[in-house]
Formats: sequence, C-alpha cells, structure tokens
Amino acid sequence: MENNYISMKNINKSFGKVVANKNINLAVRKGEIHALLGENGAGKSTLMNMLSGVYTPDSGSIFIKDREVKFAAPKDAIKAGIGMIYQHFKLIDVLTSKENIILGQKNSFFLNEKTLSDKIREMSVRFGLGIDPDKKVYNMSVGEKQTLEILKVLYRGADILILDEPTAVLTPQETEKLFKIMKKMKEEGCAVIFITHKMNEVMEVADRITVLRKGETVTTVDKASTNPKHLAELMMGCPVDLSIRRIETEKRKVAMEVRSLSAFNAEGVKVLKDISFNIYSGEILGVAGIANSGQKELCESIAGLYPVKQGQVIFEGENIIGKSPYEIIARGISMSFIPEDRLGMGLVASMDIVDNVVLKLYQRQKGIFINRKPAEQKSLEIIERLSIQTPGIKHPVRKLSGGNIQKVLLGRELDSKPQVLITAYPVRGLDVNSCYTIYDILNEEKQKGVAVLYIGEDLDVLLELCDRIMVICAGEITGIVDARGITKEEIGLMMVGAVNSIKGEGLSKYDNANDYSCN
Amino acid sequence: MIMPMTIRAIKKSEPGRVKAAFIRICAIILALIASSLFILLLDLNPADVYMKMVQGAFGTAYRTRETIVKAIPLVIASLGIGIAFRMQFWNIGGEGQIAMGAFAASFFALYMSDLPRPVLLFLMVLAGMIAGGLWALIPAFFKAQWGTNENIVTLMMNYIGLKWVTYLQYGPWRDPKSLGFPKIANFTDNAILPKLFGVHIGWVFALLLVVVVYIFMNHTKKGYEIAVIGESINTARYAGVNIKKTILIAIMLSGGLCGLVGMIQASAVNNTLSVEITGGVGYTAIITAWLASLSAPVILLVSVLFAALLEGGSYIQTVFGIPQAAAEILQGLILFFVLGSEFFVRYKFILVKKHQMADRHKITVGEEVH
Repeated sequence: MENNYISMKNINKSFGKVVANKNINLAVRKGEIHALLGENGAGKSTLMNMLSGVYTPDSGSIFIKDREVKFAAPKDAIKAGIGMIYQHFKLIDVLTSKENIILGQKNSFFLNEKTLSDKIREMSVRFGLGIDPDKKVYNMSVGEKQTLEILKVLYRGADILILDEPTAVLTPQETEKLFKIMKKMKEEGCAVIFITHKMNEVMEVADRITVLRKGETVTTVDKASTNPKHLAELMMGCPVDLSIRRIETEKRKVAMEVRSLSAFNAEGVKVLKDISFNIYSGEILGVAGIANSGQKELCESIAGLYPVKQGQVIFEGENIIGKSPYEIIARGISMSFIPEDRLGMGLVASMDIVDNVVLKLYQRQKGIFINRKPAEQKSLEIIERLSIQTPGIKHPVRKLSGGNIQKVLLGRELDSKPQVLITAYPVRGLDVNSCYTIYDILNEEKQKGVAVLYIGEDLDVLLELCDRIMVICAGEITGIVDARGITKEEIGLMMVGAVNSIKGEGLSKYDNANDYSCN
Repeated sequence: MIMPMTIRAIKKSEPGRVKAAFIRICAIILALIASSLFILLLDLNPADVYMKMVQGAFGTAYRTRETIVKAIPLVIASLGIGIAFRMQFWNIGGEGQIAMGAFAASFFALYMSDLPRPVLLFLMVLAGMIAGGLWALIPAFFKAQWGTNENIVTLMMNYIGLKWVTYLQYGPWRDPKSLGFPKIANFTDNAILPKLFGVHIGWVFALLLVVVVYIFMNHTKKGYEIAVIGESINTARYAGVNIKKTILIAIMLSGGLCGLVGMIQASAVNNTLSVEITGGVGYTAIITAWLASLSAPVILLVSVLFAALLEGGSYIQTVFGIPQAAAEILQGLILFFVLGSEFFVRYKFILVKKHQMADRHKITVGEEVH
C-alpha cells in the first residue's frame, strides 16, 4: 500500500437512474502502467472523470499520495498532479508547442522565452518525447500532437497521467513510440493509467490491469498472470471467442469500378488523388489509413455527396458520378458513415427509431403522405436482428447508447438490401460483443454476394476480416494487398506513404518517414 | 467560519413532462406574485386587478369576441413561423410578409371592387398568400443559393415591406377624399370578410389551418423532410432530400401564412391598408411559436392565452385608469417569468461548496517531475 499514488475507494456515481460506478476500488502504484479495461459503458470514463475533477463522486473517497482529496473542478485535479490526455486534442493549431504549453498558466507578465524553451527541451529529452518548442501545431502529425499533450500535462507538474484510448488515432508505428514514452514515464516514477479495450496493447505495455464490468470492479490482475483470452472473459463475464471469421467466397463479378477519382475540398486542397480500384461482389475490401486521409471524401464521393473533380464510378455499366444521392441509393449503393460524434450523418438524433428507418423508405412511397407502418415493422426487425437495447421503437435515437445508435444506422442500411455496402467505422467505440455482432453481419452480407467496402481503424480487425486491404495515405492509394499475406507493420508503412506498392516506389520515401518507423 | 458557495447551472439530462409542467405553473404563480408587488405600488388590490383582467378577456360575449379577433392573426402567423423554425430557418420576417400580403390583397380590394364578393375575397386570399410567400422566398433563395444569414435578411425585408406600405399610404394610394390625411380609402363591403357567430371568419381559417399544418408537419413527406433538414442538413443530403427545393417550399408556406394574416387584418379588422396593420404580430408570433414548442395544437392554446393577456391588459387600463405603460409592465412581467421558466426546465442548479476546493491546497503538488 505504501507506494499507492492513487487509491479510489468504494466510489459510487449515478446519473439519474443509471448507475455508472458502483463501489469501485482502484489502486495505482508509483512507477507503474495501470490499464483500465472494460467495454463501453463499463464506467471507465466516469471513473476517470472523477479522478480528473470533471465529476464529483456521490460517495466514496479518493486518496492521492495518501491524502484524501475532493475535487470540485478539473483545475483542482491538475494541482494535485493529475493530467488527463483526452482522445480529442485540446491544442491550438496556429500556436507553437511552447505557446500551447504555457497557455492558461499563471505566469509572470513577461515571458522568459529562453528559459522556457530550455525547460521544454530538457523535459522532452528526459521523457524521450522529441518535441520542438517552436514547431506550430498545424505542422504536426497526430502522434506529435499527442506527445505535445503529454508534455503539456507533465509541464504542469503532473506525475499521474491518464490516457483515454490514446492509440485509437495512431498508426502502429506511432503506437510503438507512445508505448516507449509511457515506459519512460514509468521509469521516471510517474503513474500511468491507460484506458483501452484492446487486449493486445494491454499485454504489451501494462503492469497491472483493473477490469471493470457494468460499473463494478471485477478484479485487478498482474499482467504476468493473465492472457488476452482471460482478460476478455473478465471483461465480458462469459467465455468468448476472440477470432474473427473470414468467410471464403468465390470471387464473382466486379460490383463497382472506381476510375481515377479526384476531388478537392473547400480550401482547394486535393483530398482524393487519382483513386482507382475494383470491388467484387462477395468480398470485403478493407480501407486502412490514418484518420482524415480521404476516407470520408471517398465514401461521400461514391454516395454522390461530395463534388468530384474528375473520374468515374462505374456501377452496372453506368457512371454514377453526377447522379443525385437519391438515384444512387435507389440503384443499390448504400453508405453508412459513423462520424466521431456518431450522429453527424445518417441519423436524426431527436427522432425515434421509426422516423429514422423511414428516412430510407419514404421516397419510394406514393402520394404526399408518409406511411410509418412499414417502418414500424422494419424497426422491430432491426431491433431483433441486431439486439438493440431500447425501451421501444418510439424512443428518440439520441437517448440510446452509442453502440445502439450505430446498430440502428447499420440495420437500416442493410435493410435496403444493397449490392454495394459502404461502411465507415461501423464499430467505432462499440463494446466487444457489439463489434462481433457487426462483423458477423458484414460476413453474412458478403456471403449473400454483397460487395462490402469496410473503412476501419483497427488494423488487427482489417487483417482478420477483410479479403483485400486498400491503404490510403493523404488521399492517395499506396497499396491494395491481399489481407492473408501481409503484416500490420507493412500496412503501417503504407499508411504513412513510406511504401507505395502501387507506384512501385518501394522504400524510396522511407527516409522521410523515420519518425514513424519502429526502430 | 463562513462557507462560501458557488452556484453552477448544469444541463438536465432529460426533463420529465410532469416536472416541466410543474416548473411552468410555478413560473406563472411567481409572475402573479411579482406583478402583485407592482400592483400594490400603484395602490390597487392585486386580486381585483387579476379578476378584471380575466373579465376583460372573457367577461362578456363582446370581449370574448375581441380576444378571438386578437388571437386569429397570432395563431396563423405562429403556424407559419413554426414551419420555418422547424427547419431551423429563423424567419424573423413575419412583419414584412404580413405587410406585403396585406398590400397584395388590398390591390384587389381597391382596384377590382366590382367583382362578385366570393371571387374578390378568394382573389384577395390568394394574392395575400402569394405575396407573403414570395416576400419570404427572397431570403430563402439567398440562403439556399449562397448560404446567407436568414436572420438578417428576413429582418431587413421587414423594413422594406413596411416602408413600401407607408409610401403607398402617403403617396399613390392616398385617399383623395380624406382631406389630406395620409390614409388609404376604406374597402367596399365586397372586400370585407363575412362574419360567422359574430366574429369574422378568420377564426374558421385559423382552426382549419391548425389541423392542416398539424397533418402537414406530422404525416406528409414534405413535413418530414422539413424536420430532417432542421435537425441535420447532412443527414437530409445523405438521404437524398432535395434540400433547395424543400427549403423554398417550406418558406413559401411560412411566408404564405403570414401573408394570409395580412389579408385578414386588412379586410376584416382594419377594412383598409395601413402601416399599422401588422401590429407587431410578426414578432409576437415568434414568442408564441416558441412557447408552443412549434406544435400546431399548442400554438392555438398559447395564442388564445396571449391574446387574452393583451385584451385583459387593455381592459384594466380603462377600469383602473392606469397608464398603458403600467398594463404593459404587467404583461411584460408575466411573459418574463414564463419565458424564463424554460431555462429552469432545461437546467438545474447545484451548489458547490468552496471549502472543498480549499482542501486541495494542502495537497503536495508533485515536485518530482521538475
């Protein structure tokens, strides 16, 4: 106990009738990486928000270095040495690292730039961060921004770091680098809390693991005495099979052909560069890439929602570029894109499930009136098929949990019986069980002969689920490879454009990408 | 030791219906209490004043009819504005649309007064709706085409519409028989809406429109598309809704209903066109539409209550001999509390004890890092 930096005892927190945390106990030692593992809705975020002063517990006590604390606001937690790194960075793009670090700090009126830079450099070296104090944030890669966030909280005196699903936005190489930094912080005597639901990462970096399930502490285990399967079982509370099936189907005809598609965004930046690929019926074609490499633009271009500068999308012998979104839907191309906020596109948050299902049905109805009866029937079917947790079909979608919201969207898209199913981030933020439900559904569609374009984040999943993987980097295809004979690292290199198997440039760009490679 | 507290407003996760109703009733009671203090300052008995207000609105058949006459334009204009607001198109231009509707209807009333009454009235209704609709269509077109801010444009269009009517009143349409007084000639009987049960038949229009708008918004494809656009334009695009067309149709309807208000007011209430014709209804309807959460049946209820408040307010002026300003202060106080209660429906307050914050200073801040 003597080394416990943090100890949270019998923490309870409810929101209305929902109990988010129930008698949770957590102890984190000095100099350890402690993983907090749990499905979505297990109470991880609630617990950490209490530790960082965003919420106050209903009951229970928090001890930091053996002193009881009561945080009324996040700044109290910062003063106590707790630094939280959120998934969404809180940085100002036009400022430099240094400026971001001192922002909001109580400094003397004049800044001693020199000392400041020296201090940042010194800390950067000590923790192996590699931060340049004068680099502007908009020139940084996602990994660099995250490192800067870490340095920011360290500079503010944090010796307890909470990382909320930090690897979601990183390439495998950047993840490696992050893990190195975490290990370095551990050596320097910090306590690191690492929130995740990826078992392999836990096994790689954590010392001890606390598993939460449905708002309660299941147990705390040492890494040495566990394995991914065991952890998954603790998380789910029942035996699980972690492998994703890949159904072998015979490749049939080309379902859709994309020919040199190019598009520019509102600022005139070329966001899609000469994209060409075929997708076959009965296959899942995965798309891998760092966030914002053109995935969204590609989906929207095919769905008729993005202005295409040049190129064609051939579907059933006809170019569908220039057709209206409605015509494209009517032809049998369905697109579901789960944005980061989950509700931005495809669903109407304040409407109920029926009204959201009717969105894709009503245009086929005759007359001026809308008939909700068929949608009611379909809503019940979708709820049944995807086991959606909802009080009823008349319940506003906004009030469902994230996973259930996504199931509503996906269920509706599948219901339109598409020939080409484009699905972007369908498992974003879902718990393990729901993820597997969705993989199963995609496999079913594939077996029916649907061509599935799957845009994903998790490379492990892409490798297991997809037949082929297309890698894009900055709006350009850097490789289309068979998923059966490729490693994560190879895809990672293509994701940053270090390898381009399309142009055959091999490793020629490798020198520019040193920062990303795993040494 | 003093224990300072700070109050924070926190958004409620889900306001329950019963609780919301309770909060609103509390607001009305508080409004009455606050108003009582003011009435006591005027040396009057609050209970008396409230009694008289109710009597002023519904006390006799005549006063009830007057209240209904006041409610008719509010109901129809609120329905119109409600359609636009459902699409999150902030139509602040009710005034201008009412004025232009009245102008177009008046054109037929003044220059084609020889037509048979039903034909003339039908033409006036049609002209009023089309003129109001087109007036609203201008900002809608700018928004659909170039994404201009409809708040500003609809507001500006009010001034143009009202000044146009002023110009007619002082210029080309001035009645030569009015001895130089800036007034437009009264309509002939042909151009005046008939009465049914003592009130002009605008009330029939209003009731019918409540039903029609309710069905339109809840049971037609267009109404559904309008709601989808209002919630998320991206989702609407994604579902293949023709966004420009839907915006234009919705706003044409919104302005058309306001234009109809202009026609009704000019024909049945003022019997002529004048710049006072709008009577601020275009703005008041914004309040009533919001208070009714844009629901057509509730708009009917809220508008009648609002009209009663106006009528009761003007009645107590004469009964107690208090100035108009005092009556308006009472109306203002009541509105203030009712509108203010919406905040309490959505937010709750919590007390944060300062001494909790003070504790943290005893914690040693991690020096190891430096």
